[in-house]
Formats: sequence, structure tokens, C-alpha cells
Amino acid sequence: MHPSNVGRIGLYLYGILILAFLYLPLVAIGFASVSTSRYLSFPIRQYTTQWYAQALESGTVSDLLWISLQVAAIVTVISMVLGFFGALAFARYQWRYRRLYQKLILLPIFFPQSVLGLALLMWFNAVGITPTWHTAIIAHLVWIAPIATLIIAIRAYSFDPALEEAARDMGCSTWQILREVTLPLLMPGVVAAGLFSFLLSWGNFPLSLFTTGADLTLPEWLYAKMVSGYSPLVPTVGMLSVAASIVLVAIALALPPLINRFTRNSSD
Amino acid sequence: MERINQRLGVLSALPVVVFLAAGFLAPLCVVAAFSIMPQKVFSLANLPDFSSYALMIQEGYWESLLVSLAMAFAATFILFVICWPLAFAMAKVFGRFTLVLTIGVVMTLFVSENIRLFGWVLTLMKGGLIEGYWRSWTGQSFDGLLYNVPVIIFGLVYVYLPFMLFPLAQGIAMVPDDARQAAFDLGANRWQIFREVELPLSAPGIAVGCLITFVLTAGAIAESKLLGGRAVIVISDEIERSFTYGQNWPLGSALAMTLIAVVGSFAIFGVTRIDLDAIMGRKR
Repeated sequence: MHPSNVGRIGLYLYGILILAFLYLPLVAIGFASVSTSRYLSFPIRQYTTQWYAQALESGTVSDLLWISLQVAAIVTVISMVLGFFGALAFARYQWRYRRLYQKLILLPIFFPQSVLGLALLMWFNAVGITPTWHTAIIAHLVWIAPIATLIIAIRAYSFDPALEEAARDMGCSTWQILREVTLPLLMPGVVAAGLFSFLLSWGNFPLSLFTTGADLTLPEWLYAKMVSGYSPLVPTVGMLSVAASIVLVAIALALPPLINRFTRNSSD
Repeated sequence: MERINQRLGVLSALPVVVFLAAGFLAPLCVVAAFSIMPQKVFSLANLPDFSSYALMIQEGYWESLLVSLAMAFAATFILFVICWPLAFAMAKVFGRFTLVLTIGVVMTLFVSENIRLFGWVLTLMKGGLIEGYWRSWTGQSFDGLLYNVPVIIFGLVYVYLPFMLFPLAQGIAMVPDDARQAAFDLGANRWQIFREVELPLSAPGIAVGCLITFVLTAGAIAESKLLGGRAVIVISDEIERSFTYGQNWPLGSALAMTLIAVVGSFAIFGVTRIDLDAIMGRKR
């Protein structure tokens, strides 16, 4: 009882429609970023790339990029490490408080992010830490490390514990097993988690809003400009940020086949 | 083996548990402590008086909470209806196209939600993508579509679609084809199969999807600010304002605690009833 052909075509069209719906606002931003006029109005009469030139030359924009990049990079590294061990505890080892632990991991994900950001701001204040972009790293990690854990856990579920047991029977220490057996097997999950961590941190707004203090990340700057009135740099910088994400995903998708080919050639 | 498992489990859980205790549970305790402080203080070294909760009821802040919850219910329901056919197709009908869709949908998550919402502002505003082209083709003009309650719900549906779609698809993938085939052979129609077979068997995925969308939409703030203008004030907006313009941390904390209590009770109710191992694909 598979759906009829008409039904299948309908579902495909529906899928394409949803994708179009998801990308329509980005198309609008793309058009706005190449419009000549300082006050945007559709239809666009003349096209220009001057805003891109201006954005790339601007010192503010490069500062913003640099801060966002540092935050995202550090968040990625830490959440890969926390997520790797966290996922083993989540999915691989049978231990007493595992169910409780699984629920603790889910809680920060099931939590309004703006409230979480405020809670962290008060906590930093209570322990006497002045918020800068360093504190934003902590805030991003509270939300992103559990997500990284879940992504790696999906991989850890499909992993055969017999492989680790065999290594142990052959006399491997726990550390050797982790390095030689577990880590290589979970590697695709760890890489996927790293990619997600970077991109989620790169685009995060609600957590950064309260926890960066006087520093600004890219999404925060964009938001400040949006609510204070239109600036032609907003769509341009928005498009640049989107382009950066796309480049990163493209690299991530292209790398594994390249590495495979390289290692195969060298082993021949 | 048992003992080693026990020890390794605790050891590998330790880093993330310690981190979440310091970065998640401790801040929540601070919010709880601030919520019972007297008005407009900035330290915890005061005698608690619970005045913020009284103020919250007297000044009608609970109305914002109701508005937020009502919009969250509406958005969750609409998302369920929109996502079900697509999730079904992703799990059972599409082959390679599922991967394309997954990558396409996940990519949008990586673009900051305020950029995407700003895109809708440019699309829907007067002189925006829709109205602007309509005017130049037909010569008729109409007001922008922004700044009302439906457009806020529209924004919520837009931003949180992936959070409903993927859990649903995961849940539907758990329904064995044999069960649907058997129901069909016994004479069930499409609606009966949906109600009697698919709905109950994919319940864990439905629960996760609805919970996460409800929780996130109830605490959402950017949609109402960017798309809604001043049409309504949602609870997160109210919380943010008590911290920024209001300079009243105890009031903001009391509002935050109320939101956490309402949303958290839903989340905990759901999370304790879900078997995570089953959803995430344990084969043993």
C-alpha cells in the first residue's frame, strides 16, 4: 500500500515547496544586499556591489567577524571533547544513573534560550565575572555541548561493544581502547558534532545577547541595526555570514571523499 | 565487565555533568534566589519578601505569559499539521530526496534566526518583495503584512519547523511497514491507519517534536519583536525589559521562574515518559 504515483508527485512537490518557503527570506535579503538605494524598496531598479565592498573594508565588520569566529572555534573544540565522553556515557556504557543523566543532558536543549542567557548573566554577576566574549563561550557551550553529545550518541548507539571487549581481551588498556578503537569508530559523529557546534555558535543570537557584555558578535550587531532602523549594510553582512556557513558546510562535505582518496593512494 | 562499565560510565559522564552543574543548574538557582528578593535590588544579600510574585499578579504580567503560551500552542499545532505529511514522506516515500531535504533544512538552522526573520520583514513589509512586485505588476497597493498576531505565529512556524520535522520523521520511521500493511489488508482506510496505527506507534517522535517546539516557541522573543512590532508583548520580552529598561532583576527573575515552571513541567512530564534509547536507535 504505497502511495499512488499522483500521491508521490504531490509529496515531492510539497517537499520542494517547504524548501522554497525556508529559503524565500534569504532570497529577499540577497536582493536587498545588491540594491543601490539607501532605503530599500522593491522592485529593485539598479544593482550594485558597493555595499559588499564597504562591508569588507569596514573595521567594525572585521572585528565582529573575528570575535564570532573565535567564539565559534573554541566552542567547537570544547564541545567535541565534552560530547565525545558525554556520548559514551549516554549510549555506550551501562551504568546506574544513565537514565537520569540522559534527562539532564536534554534539559538545556528544552529550555528557552533568552531565559538561559539571562540566568547566566546573573550567575556571572553573582560570582563577580565581568561578561566579555569569553563568557559567551560558556553560554554557547551550555546549549551546544548537549547537542554535540546527542549527535555523537546516535553514532555510539550503532557501535558494537564486542570490538572494545576484544581489544581488552588482547590486553589493551582503557586509554588504548579509547584511542585505537572507540575514537576512530565514532569519528564521523565527532566531526558532524563539531560542524554543528561551529555553525550553531556562529549563528546564535539569544545567548550572545546577554552574555557578551560590551563585545558584540555578528548576529547581535545585525539585530541592533535591524531594530534601530534600516541600514544597507544589514542585508550585506547577513549575506556574508550565510556565505561563510555555506563555505564551511561545502568544505565539510567535500573533505571526507578527498581524504579517502588520498589515504587509498598512499596505501597502494 | 559490569564493574568496568559502571566506572567508565561515571568517568565519561563527569566532564559534561560538572559543566552543566556549573553552567546550567547553578544559574537557575541564582534566578530562583533573585526572584524572592525585594524590588530593584542587585545583590542576594537581602531579606526575601516574595514581592515580585505579588507584583507580577497585580500588574497583569501573567497576561503576557498567557499570550506566549497561546501562540506556542497555535504554532505547535500548525507545525504538526504541516510537518506530518513531509515527515511521513521523508521516512517512507522519498529515497535520496530525504537526504537533500535534510541538508536543505539543516542548513537554514545555521543562519541566525534574526537574519532569516529580517528576510521576512523585507518580504512582507510595505514596499517589500511581495507588496512591491504586486504594486508594479497590478498598480494596486496594499498595506504591509507585518505587525499583527498571525504574522508572529507565522514567524514561529517558520523558525521552529526543523524542530518538529526531524523528531516526527524519526518517530514515523519507527512504525513498521508490516503493521500498516496488515491494517490495510484488514480493510482500514487511510484515516484509520493514521489514527489507529501510525499515531500511537510514532508517539515518542510526536512527543519529542511537540514538546521541543512548544518549549522553544513559548520562550521565543525575536519573532514578536521583529515581525510583530508592538502588536503583543510576549513573556520573554517582558522578562528582558525588566532586566534592561526596568532595572528590576527580582521582577524579571520572578517572571522567568514562572515561565520555567510552566514550560519545565511540560518538558519534565514528557521527557520522563520517553524511552530515549528506543528513539535514538539502540539495536540491542
